[in-house]
Amino acid sequence: MEIKSMHFKANVSAKLADAVLQGNLKNAKGKFVTKRAEAIKDLDDFEATRDAAAAIRNKVIDNLDLWLERFEQKAKDTGATVLWAKDGAEVCRLVIDIAKKHGVKKVTKSKSMLSEEAGLNHALEAAGIQPVETDLGEYILQVDNNEPPSHIIAPAVHKSLDDVADLFHKIHGTPRKTDIPALTREAREVLRGHFLSAEMGLSGGNFLVAETGSVALVTNEGNGRMVTTLPKVHVVITGIEKVIPTLEDLSTLMRLLPRSATGQSISNYFSILTGVKKPEEHDGPEHLYFVLVDAGRADVVGGDFHAMLRCIRCGACMNHCPVYQTIGGHAYGWVYPGPMGSVLTPLYAGIENSIDLPHAATLCNQCGIVCPVKIPLPDLLRKLREKQTERGLRPLTERIGLRLWAWVALRPALYALGARFGARYLKWLASGSDRIRILPAAPEWTQGRDFPAPQGKTFRELYAARQKTAKEST
Amino acid sequence: MATKRVGLFVTCLVDLMRPRIGFAALKLLETAGCEVIVPEGQTCCGQPAWNSGDAPGAVALAKKTIAEFEGFDYVVAPSGSCGDHVRTEYPTLLGEEPEWRDRATALASRTYELTDFLVNVLKVDSVPGDADGLIQGSVTYHDSCTGLRSMGIKEQPRALLAKVRGVQLKEMDGCEECCGFGGTFSVKFGEVSAAIAERKCNNVLASGAKAVVGGDLGCLLNIEGKLRRMGNDTTQVLHVAEVLAGRV
Repeated sequence: MEIKSMHFKANVSAKLADAVLQGNLKNAKGKFVTKRAEAIKDLDDFEATRDAAAAIRNKVIDNLDLWLERFEQKAKDTGATVLWAKDGAEVCRLVIDIAKKHGVKKVTKSKSMLSEEAGLNHALEAAGIQPVETDLGEYILQVDNNEPPSHIIAPAVHKSLDDVADLFHKIHGTPRKTDIPALTREAREVLRGHFLSAEMGLSGGNFLVAETGSVALVTNEGNGRMVTTLPKVHVVITGIEKVIPTLEDLSTLMRLLPRSATGQSISNYFSILTGVKKPEEHDGPEHLYFVLVDAGRADVVGGDFHAMLRCIRCGACMNHCPVYQTIGGHAYGWVYPGPMGSVLTPLYAGIENSIDLPHAATLCNQCGIVCPVKIPLPDLLRKLREKQTERGLRPLTERIGLRLWAWVALRPALYALGARFGARYLKWLASGSDRIRILPAAPEWTQGRDFPAPQGKTFRELYAARQKTAKEST
Repeated sequence: MATKRVGLFVTCLVDLMRPRIGFAALKLLETAGCEVIVPEGQTCCGQPAWNSGDAPGAVALAKKTIAEFEGFDYVVAPSGSCGDHVRTEYPTLLGEEPEWRDRATALASRTYELTDFLVNVLKVDSVPGDADGLIQGSVTYHDSCTGLRSMGIKEQPRALLAKVRGVQLKEMDGCEECCGFGGTFSVKFGEVSAAIAERKCNNVLASGAKAVVGGDLGCLLNIEGKLRRMGNDTTQVLHVAEVLAGRV
């Protein structure tokens, strides 16, 4: 996917001014946050489950090569082919090769964020193969001129009912309707033909189970089952970090994933797919391929951002992020929005392409609190800020300003003088009122709010005066 | 029991903007029987440097602060954010220098946010603001992020506010949600920050409380600034220490 994360700041203003988006974000926030809070109450001990989940993920990423080899061996034993891709371009090449080998003209897809990373749809089209998104949200985006998703589990969450009504009317040439079940039925009718005619199905994978060589798929619309069982060829594309040791581990993680993502105790559909169709079986693919993708992940292993590889892509961090709730996902400019995106985009798409992202967070740590695998997202964002500063990527004025400020703060007498001057200057700016309307040193603050006036003298001045008076009176 | 020697960490924002919060904290600690010392050389804990990616600046300021405050029985700050920076981040950011890390860890265990210290260490029965009657009526409490999520400051300020006659707590929706301040975030992404603050202010206003009270001045300046820009001139914005201490 095209990297637009460098335009974050410019994107923000447009998103704040978009009344439809603002309304949709408000609705989504209420839904995701409330439902998750309700759903985690089912668990006897949510915190202990989080600890267990984090431990499972750590166990894998601490020895990733070992677990990947185990998975590969098991998957091969079930008749699957395991392929490795070092980046998005290789993903596209491998998938196109598979498609050509099996004479594929049409591919049905269930949701795969990695195919977004790789820009796979575009590559397939260029190779004369038709990709059809079958997740309702992804379908809406695909028929709307291949708009990118704005959320990892609710890709079209930025769109309103009216947007979709207009879109379907235009694309399907049917009478405009605003009844959601009717709109859904209409999409199903279109997709049904594709499900039956596609020669290849393409899915992501929520987890890869090393013990059995299986892929676990969590979906809510049933499209995943159509994609993975009807065509003769099934290709799973997923990141190398998605492997977990056992089915038992899967059950632990599944206690957290749907609850954290959509506030469901279990998703509507949950599949564990193992191997190719056996002679005695009635359905399933005759050919199963795993395309396991690095695309920056191996470089993260063992480094400062290692914990990020625990991520199970539930989206809770963005659902609970005050910044995401305010601007939506598109402003982040790449595949993954919200706090997880502000860590992943610099790591996978380049720290120099994402100067704003690590700073676009209040470090409120709501993301860290809701993360089912306890990724310390604010710490990782802070670490990225440090890397940017070390590499001289931040604006020179900011770097000099910070150093100068720290230099002064290390010299109490100078600092006291500065604070004394600052308090008086700010008081003067307020010109007798209780507020400052325009703050020249920080214009962004006063763009959208006032800056309260200071008392006018510093604490240390007043305290020194008080001490002096007390001394004189004794 | 020996008198507790407390080093008051005023914080740079209180020093610059609202000295009365520092005096309120002083009064609360002294009334509770502490010997309070305000080290003259204190400046800033270094959190802005740490959060902005200037690790060397943050390390230098951490060492300075540790040297200034490690001689006291306790360090108390009228801020969850600054208090937590000393308590949680100092041992981390000095992790590669064993001697300093140990000094940081020792200081961290004796560093408290003001209301936490009053409730859990001093176990105060009453607060001076109770007799003063300076603030009367309903108040709503904004839980600042770091204090809440890192230091567990939730019940402490509420328990203390309940001791002030004439003050009633009216909880607002989303009291635990970020106000959008975020330190330098508020000036780097002013538009987003102000939009988040607007949600907070709408919740404050919907609560119908006469005042919004909190434990961190950064958040309070943000909330007050947004309320005033929204045209609200009546809702008071107060630090919890001001309500608890009464007249200073």
